[in-house]
Amino acid sequence: MADASGPDDLFSVRVQAAPFDAAAESAALCAGRTDIGAVVSFTGLCRADAGADGAPLAALVLEHYPGMAEEEMGRHLDEARRRWPLQGARIIHRYGRIIPGEPIVLVLAASAHRGAAFAAAEFLMDWLKTGAPFWKREERADGGDWVAAKIADDDAAARWGEK
Amino acid sequence: MKVLYFAWLRERVGVTQEEVTPPADVITVADLARWLARQDDAHAHAFEKPEVVRAAIDRRHVKPDALIAGAREIAFFPPMTGG
Repeated sequence: MADASGPDDLFSVRVQAAPFDAAAESAALCAGRTDIGAVVSFTGLCRADAGADGAPLAALVLEHYPGMAEEEMGRHLDEARRRWPLQGARIIHRYGRIIPGEPIVLVLAASAHRGAAFAAAEFLMDWLKTGAPFWKREERADGGDWVAAKIADDDAAARWGEK
Repeated sequence: MKVLYFAWLRERVGVTQEEVTPPADVITVADLARWLARQDDAHAHAFEKPEVVRAAIDRRHVKPDALIAGAREIAFFPPMTGG
C-alpha cells in the first residue's frame, strides 16, 4: 500500500486511561482521504445516574483485562471488516476512574457510503458491550458496587448472529 | 497454569492471579472452577454461582466445557460491563 498511513493506522484499537478527543480522532482517521464518503462516530459517556437510595454517582472505575481487551476488540474489528466494506475504523476504550460527563468509549467507522458506516459502528458497540473484557464499578459517597450486566445488551449483540 | 481473576471475582478470591496445579481429572474449565471452589472459603464465595462466571483461555472467550490442557493463562470474570 503506497499510502503513508499503513493499514494498521486505518484499523486500530487503543486502551488507555487518558481522555480522548472524538473530533480529533475522527479527523485523523479521515485525514488525506478522498475515498471516505461517510464516517460514523459514537461516543459513550459516563452518566450520573442516582443510586437506588438516591446517592449520586461520583465516578465509574473501569477495570480491564490488559492484553485480552485489545485482542478481543481487534477481533471485533476484523469481523466488522468481513461484514462491511470499511475504509477505516477505530476503537478507543478507557479504563480507570472516569467522572460523569467524561467519555468512556469511542467507535469510528468509515466507509464509502453511510449504510456500512452506521451498521459497523452499531455492531462494534454491541459486540464490545458483551465481549470486551471491561468491568464498571460505581463509586458513590456511601460506597458503591459493580455494575450488573444487562440482558438488553446480550439481546443487542445476539441480533448480529454468531460470534 | 496461571489463573487470573477480575472484578468481583478478584475481590472475593483476594488475589489478581495465582499459579495452580490441578489434578489430572480436572479437564474442563467447569472442572477447574469446581476444583478452585473447594480450595478455601474465599474461592468458594467467588464461585458460589458458577453459572454467572465467564472464562477465557489464553485471552479468548471459552465455554465451560472448553478443555484446559495446554492452557498457559485461564481467566475467570463476571459478565462484561464495558462500553
